This record gives sequence, C-alpha cells and structure tokens, in this order.
Amino acid sequence: MSGESAVDEHINIPHHSWSHTGPFDNFDKAALRRGFLIFQNVCSTCHGIQRLAYRNLADLGYSENKIKSIASEAKVLYNKNGGLELYERPALPSDKFTSPFPNEQAARDANGGSLPPDLSLIIKARPNGLDYVRALLLGYESTPMKFNLMSGLHYNTYFPGHQIAMPQPLYGDDVTFEDGTPSSIEQEAEDVVTFLAWAAMPEMEERKRIGVITMIFLVIFTLLLYATKRRIWKNVK
Amino acid sequence: MAANFSNSLVRWIDHRLPVFSYLRHAAYDYPTPKNLNYWWNFGSLAGISLAIMIVSGIALAMNYTPHVNHAFDSVERIMRDVNYGWLIRYIHMNGASFFFIVVYIHIFRGVYFGSYKSPRELLWILGVIILLLMMATAFMGYVLPWGQMSFWGATVITNLFSAVPLIGESLVTWLWGGFSIDNPTLNRFFVLHYLFPFIIVSIVLLHIVALHRFGSNNPLGIDIKYPNDTIPFHPYYTIKDAYGLGVFLILFAGVVFFAPNFFGEPDNYIPSNPLSTPLHIVPEWYFLPFYAILRSIPDKLGGVISMFGSIVVLLLLPWLDRSPVRSGHFRGVFKIFFGILLIDIVALGYLGGKPSRGMYVIFSRLATAYYFAYFLVILPVLSKFDSSRLLPKSISTPMPEVNGIE
Repeated sequence: MSGESAVDEHINIPHHSWSHTGPFDNFDKAALRRGFLIFQNVCSTCHGIQRLAYRNLADLGYSENKIKSIASEAKVLYNKNGGLELYERPALPSDKFTSPFPNEQAARDANGGSLPPDLSLIIKARPNGLDYVRALLLGYESTPMKFNLMSGLHYNTYFPGHQIAMPQPLYGDDVTFEDGTPSSIEQEAEDVVTFLAWAAMPEMEERKRIGVITMIFLVIFTLLLYATKRRIWKNVK
Repeated sequence: MAANFSNSLVRWIDHRLPVFSYLRHAAYDYPTPKNLNYWWNFGSLAGISLAIMIVSGIALAMNYTPHVNHAFDSVERIMRDVNYGWLIRYIHMNGASFFFIVVYIHIFRGVYFGSYKSPRELLWILGVIILLLMMATAFMGYVLPWGQMSFWGATVITNLFSAVPLIGESLVTWLWGGFSIDNPTLNRFFVLHYLFPFIIVSIVLLHIVALHRFGSNNPLGIDIKYPNDTIPFHPYYTIKDAYGLGVFLILFAGVVFFAPNFFGEPDNYIPSNPLSTPLHIVPEWYFLPFYAILRSIPDKLGGVISMFGSIVVLLLLPWLDRSPVRSGHFRGVFKIFFGILLIDIVALGYLGGKPSRGMYVIFSRLATAYYFAYFLVILPVLSKFDSSRLLPKSISTPMPEVNGIE
C-alpha cells in the first residue's frame, strides 16, 4: 500500500451522539470529572494539556481546596531572582498544567521518534474532532493479514493510513470512577473526549448562554424594525 | 449653502464646518429611487461589516503579539483569559466571512442590474479596488494566528510571486523580509493588516461620493425622470437598511455563538510547523473560486495571471458590456448566461477546495473558461442585440410589454 493512497483513503468515522452539542446543552460535569480522571491516569503519561491552568478545573465543579491539592501533585520549575539555576516547587492553581516532557526532543526520544501532541486543542484541530478522537480511541484492532505494518507502529481503523505510533491507550477498567459509573472502554472514551472538548472550548457554556439571550433580543428587535418599516412605507406607491 | 437650522449652536457650527448640511444632504435632499429592492441593502451591510471588523480588530490587536514564538499562544490567551476575548475573536473571525458574503452579493447585484454602466464606471472601479484591498487584508489577517494553515497558506500565496519573470525570486525574498517566512513576515503582515482597513475606509468614502453624484441605480435600470420617482433616503431607506441589518445580525450571531468554527479550517488550531506540511492546503472559502482558477492553468505564471485577471476583468466590465439596457430584468438571454455565471462561480468555489487531479482539474478548466468567456465574449456579443425599446418610461409609469408578457 503506497503512502499516498493510504492517506487519501476515505475513512468513515462512526457518529456518536454527544450530550453537549445542542444549542442549549451544557457539559455534563460528572462526565468532565470522569474524563479528567482518565486524562490524569492514562493520557497525561505522554500528552500535555498546557493551555489549561489548574484553576480552570473550577468549571468541573471542584472546590478550591481540591484544585490546590490536584495542582500540588505537579512540580514546576522556576528560577530565583532571574538566576540560571532552576528550582522545583509544587504547582499552584494559577499555574498552567505541566507537560510530561521538558521539550519536543525529550518527548520524541521517549516515544520512538514520534511526538505525542498537546491535547489542549485537539478536538478543534481535527475535522469532526469529537467523533474522530472517540473513534480513534476505540479503533485499535489486530492488523489485517495483508497489511504491512511498520515496526513500532500500531494498527488503528480510523487513523489516516491506519498506522499510529500511540499504543492502545484504553482497554476498559483502566480507572475506577468515584461516582460508580462502570468504566467500560466506550464510557471511558466518551468521557475523556468530553473532557477534551471542554479543554478546547472552555467558553462554550457562557457562549451559548449569551447566544440565546442575544438571539431572543435580535429576533424581537428585528420584528419591531420590520413592523416600523411596513408602517413607514405604507404610503409609498 | 443655506444654514437654516433651528438650533443656534448647530447653525454656528454648520456655518464654519458644514457637517450638518452634509448630513441633511445625505439624509433628505439626496433623492433615492423608490423602487430599490432588498438586494440594495447589501451596500450598507458592507459598510457596517467593515465597522464591525475594525472595532473588533482593534480590540484584538490590544491583546495580540506579532511574534512567531508568541502569536499562537497570544490568540489562545485571548480565547481563554481575556474577558470576552472569545467573543471578540469569534466576531472578527466570522465577521471576515460575513463581510465577503455581503460584498459578493453586493457585487453580483451590480452585475445583474448593470450598476457599473455609465455614468457609474468610477463608482464600480472604486468598488473593485475595495474588493482587492479586502482580499489582501483578509489574507494577511488569516496569517496572524500563526497556525498550520496560516503558515502554509502564506507560503503558497507568497510563492505565487516567484512566477514573475526575472525578478520573481527577489520579489518573494523582499515580501518575506528574509529567505523564508519568518518573524519579519509575520510582523509586516500584522502592520499591513492593521493599515489596510483604514485605506479601505478612505476608498469607501470616495465610493460614496461617487454614488451620491448620480444616486443609486435601481432594479429597472432607468434614470430618475420625475420627482415622484424618488423618496428621501431618511426615513425610508434608513428603516429598510435597519431591518436588513437585523436579519443580518441574526444570521451572524447564530454562527458566532453556535457554530463559531463553521467557516474555519481545523488545521489552524495546530501551531505552525515549517517542517510538517498539511495534507491539503486550502485557503479560506472566499478565495476558493480564485484558487480554482489559479490551479486550473498548468503553467505557474499563466495561473497567476489568470487569477489576477479574473479580478482585472471586473475593472473592465463597464466597457465590455456595451448594452444600452442596464437592468438584467429586461435582458432575457443575458439572464440565462448570468445564471450560469453564478452556478459557475459556486462550482469554482467547490473545485477550489478539492485536490487538483482527475475530473476536478477538467471541471476547473471548463469553469475557468466559462468565467472568462462570460466577460470577454458573451457580454460583448450580447450587447449587440439589446435595444432600449422595451424599457418603461419612468420608475412611476406602469411598464409596457416587458418580462416576456404580451
């Protein structure tokens, strides 16, 4: 299979129905917290989410103290008085999430030459991001007979070209959810994608709320303008 | 000019600086044909779109950092940490698309109703210059977030200039400010992206001065003859434009609040990487027809000439179409070719977003051929067969046998 045709092959991404995509829908906070747990325990081994700050976790319904304790588990480097030497301190809620590797080269060295992308914007950075990332997480299958898989890569039904450097991340029962939700692989995939959707567009709930009010105002205002227009134009023959 | 305003302060100012006389002229003394339809709303909508872009753009510029290492991050900071930064950016991002939608409709309204014909040739040409400046501004603005599509779009478009004979390579180096697209490129694009809108504003003012010389064309395409052909601009067209603005804002807000990335390209949420080329480099949707024309010509220089030619041909439109009848309303055969032109341009837009191979290339060539044939062959030929015999006597007079009705 040549590279060109493998990449251009059309792959059907299965559609999933999401609880937050309608014009009035908010994020399911319980799903966000479950997704965050999966991110912390599974994804964050290799992937950063550097555009989020720990304080943003307030959106998930965590208390200030809980956020402080989550942050303090990460260590950030800082320098005293502009000196060259770096010191370590526990992260604060105001800090951005720390990434698993100090730089791109270190990340590549640890991952057989491949770079695990930062996940802050991954849902917006892929066509049909929600369905695609979910399908990708569930798309690991045994390599078909005739498929020539390069060493170090893994077969994935939904990845363009089907050869992905990331080993299968989710198997089901990877974590135990605090709220008692069974951690099937489908549940885990849905929840972590919901979390990543929030990470990519943390403004979504406020945006829709303002949007609904704006639309109501504009529709009423425009109807009044139309009525006024009819009235003013009544005598123009 | 008689300064007979009732308010003495207004009178005092107007005597020294006749701004109120000018406003009164624009609102009351300026006669407007009474038969303008809703296609005539798009001029004021374009002006309002320009204002929306400038206001939101200035707010963005206060928070944006034009540096290759910080541009992407500063945009994400606007999205996440600046108060209502997401709203300002989504307004600006989608405002560009809506500005082009409005302007394209405004242009094709002019093409159909013959608004470019004598004595409005310079009005039309100023409009085409505004379109060119808009395109340059939009292109440079798209580079600023410094995502993958920003970088690679800029690479493809600036490289077009290397097709210029003899000086091509030097020209590209000069545009870039270096030997590759880098910080100097981003910096100058930011500066020019901020400058151009104000040049557009000044040309819009000239566009309005030229418009007010002979007033609006109208759906019948005939000149104003009697006083009862016209109505004052205010309140009739101010309220009609306000209603049109309401409808426009409903659609605009719908996209900004509920589908803000509808017009966008997912790749631009990936920070730019000079070492990794995206699979398909596509420009923003409003450039796709021109991109299709560019790629339909197998020769690089030929493609570039065709792409720019597709706009230059609009500048020549007043002299290519010599028909004495302005409005397409009274030109049966013209209507058919005009309809095909609209379909043709939509088809070019679709083809511009597809990979250039196989049937896509063939259709792109056919569509490009029709585009140029419409302006360079069809219009000049059609002009010979039209006569102004069937036109109504005035805007207020009921029409004689027109519209194919016996």
